[in-house]
Amino acid sequence: MTAPLLLVEGLHKRFGGLRATDDLSLAVRMGELHALIGPNGAGKSTAIGQITGEIRPDAGRILFAGRDITRLPPARRVRRGLSRTFQIVQLLDEATTLENVALAVQAQQGHSFRFWRDARRDERLRQPARLLLLQAGVEPALWERPAGDLSAGARKQLELALALAAAPRLLLLDEPMAGLGPSESRAMTETLRGLKGRMAILLVEHDMEAVFALADRVSVLVDGRCLASGPPEEIRADPAVRAAYLTEDEEG
Amino acid sequence: MFRRARRPSPGWLVLPPLLALAIALPWAAEALGTPASTGLATRMAIYAIAASALNLVLGYGGMVSFGHAAFFGLGGYTVGILYAHWSWQEPLWGFIPGTTSLPVTLLAAMAVGGAGAALIGALSLRTRGVQFIMITLAFAQMLFFLFVSLKAYGGDDGLSVRRQGEFPGLNLRDAAQLYWLCLSLLVAWLLLLWRVTRSRFGQVLSGARQSERRLQALGIAPYPYKLAAFILSGMGAALAGALMANYARFVSPDMLAWTKSGELMIMVILGGVGTLMGPVLGAIALVGLEYWLAALTEHWQFVLGPLLIAVVLFARGGLMALLRRPGAPGRAQA
Repeated sequence: MTAPLLLVEGLHKRFGGLRATDDLSLAVRMGELHALIGPNGAGKSTAIGQITGEIRPDAGRILFAGRDITRLPPARRVRRGLSRTFQIVQLLDEATTLENVALAVQAQQGHSFRFWRDARRDERLRQPARLLLLQAGVEPALWERPAGDLSAGARKQLELALALAAAPRLLLLDEPMAGLGPSESRAMTETLRGLKGRMAILLVEHDMEAVFALADRVSVLVDGRCLASGPPEEIRADPAVRAAYLTEDEEG
Repeated sequence: MFRRARRPSPGWLVLPPLLALAIALPWAAEALGTPASTGLATRMAIYAIAASALNLVLGYGGMVSFGHAAFFGLGGYTVGILYAHWSWQEPLWGFIPGTTSLPVTLLAAMAVGGAGAALIGALSLRTRGVQFIMITLAFAQMLFFLFVSLKAYGGDDGLSVRRQGEFPGLNLRDAAQLYWLCLSLLVAWLLLLWRVTRSRFGQVLSGARQSERRLQALGIAPYPYKLAAFILSGMGAALAGALMANYARFVSPDMLAWTKSGELMIMVILGGVGTLMGPVLGAIALVGLEYWLAALTEHWQFVLGPLLIAVVLFARGGLMALLRRPGAPGRAQA
């Protein structure tokens, strides 16, 4: 069996008395869509923070493509091919949609200590940016509008375009359906289905319909640790998972 | 098919006549019998360089530096100290000869300002928000007290620069020629800023202002870019300080005082944060108001204060916002 693309081993993180991550282990294989689910407060955000590098774990290690990235700063992880979207979108609101993606493309073309040429007319940035916007499903009518003016759905799509610009080997999606209406949610599901197989995806999501429709494997996070990991049918049938999560979700 | 048409905005049509007016100013001042106006315009041009330099970090990069007088003063003192050692005929630290050559002193001032900004920036840029404001202020105050204590260079009393800088082909004792030199350097500096803020570097800088978290997620670590902008900004402020030393023929710790940092900040906010011409307008307005109000009353600051509050309250985006949409109040922008 080939080594997993992302391997999390024995991760621990405490905030005061709270064990936000408690001996978490997780493996994401090459090319799979791996969903990470769990009730509120299960430690999903803290786990993502440690995988992307915004939070430093107290113990444990994170391997990406066989190399230890536990202490690597966030920007360097992106350059290794681990890119992410945010649950609460992080966009350059004053820049246009196209300029947002052009900057993401620019980040891939080496350092930006270039002081003279007008980047806003640079077709080497704008052409790839347009392709990424099409790929993420952002309507061309919105491309010259400031990102701050876009609807919630379009903002989520733009986030996805920015993450794709890094040509990731692993795409970490932090609740891409959160805040979307039913039709926008379906559109996003279709977009993700189109991406499936072209890169590994770690999908953190509350929308169970989307998770079970898309995922190759599902991991269930409860109280900071991985309770179960396996194909969707297996997870759905797992009594421990039902007790800890699914039933509670149905009642609530 | 996607390419945007290259049509110059109305602002670009206004600039050439304005520049022509600025060039003609010394002759006009002579003809109108107010030769002192040339000196006033020189001060405006010098402060415009300093304010635009601050605007690069404050307006474009979102770094609210409250210590830019430090670089202004470093530039001034570089000219003053090089002159002093030239007049004493005694090299600085035994090996740096003094000089009055203006190209040399201007470049030296920018190098010193850049080095100072590299040092202060490298430490300050590890902080954000109010902390950054306070730490830049603290560094500027340290330099202020350093120069107050340097008795060899006049300490509190400052240092006279009795000989004008020498620039090949120019006679800088002539007020008009010094003015034209400052004006040309202002134009060159603005041209540089215009290119830099539109370049790839400028896009990263503007991104750092809007969301550092987003920049990180794109794979760009903002720190080196912010530091580079801070250094460039320090060099611009030092250039202005060096010109001021030549204009006033005097440098003193006042150039590094925190009130000077505040004045530069007021110019940027008054004129329009994050615009190319805003700080120029702000410098012209503040230096001009000071001059005319001071002639009317010795309590001129009493009048200036409410005026500034009015601009901040009723013209969000400063004078530039008023110019762009004549008749429309700035706050309509929300």
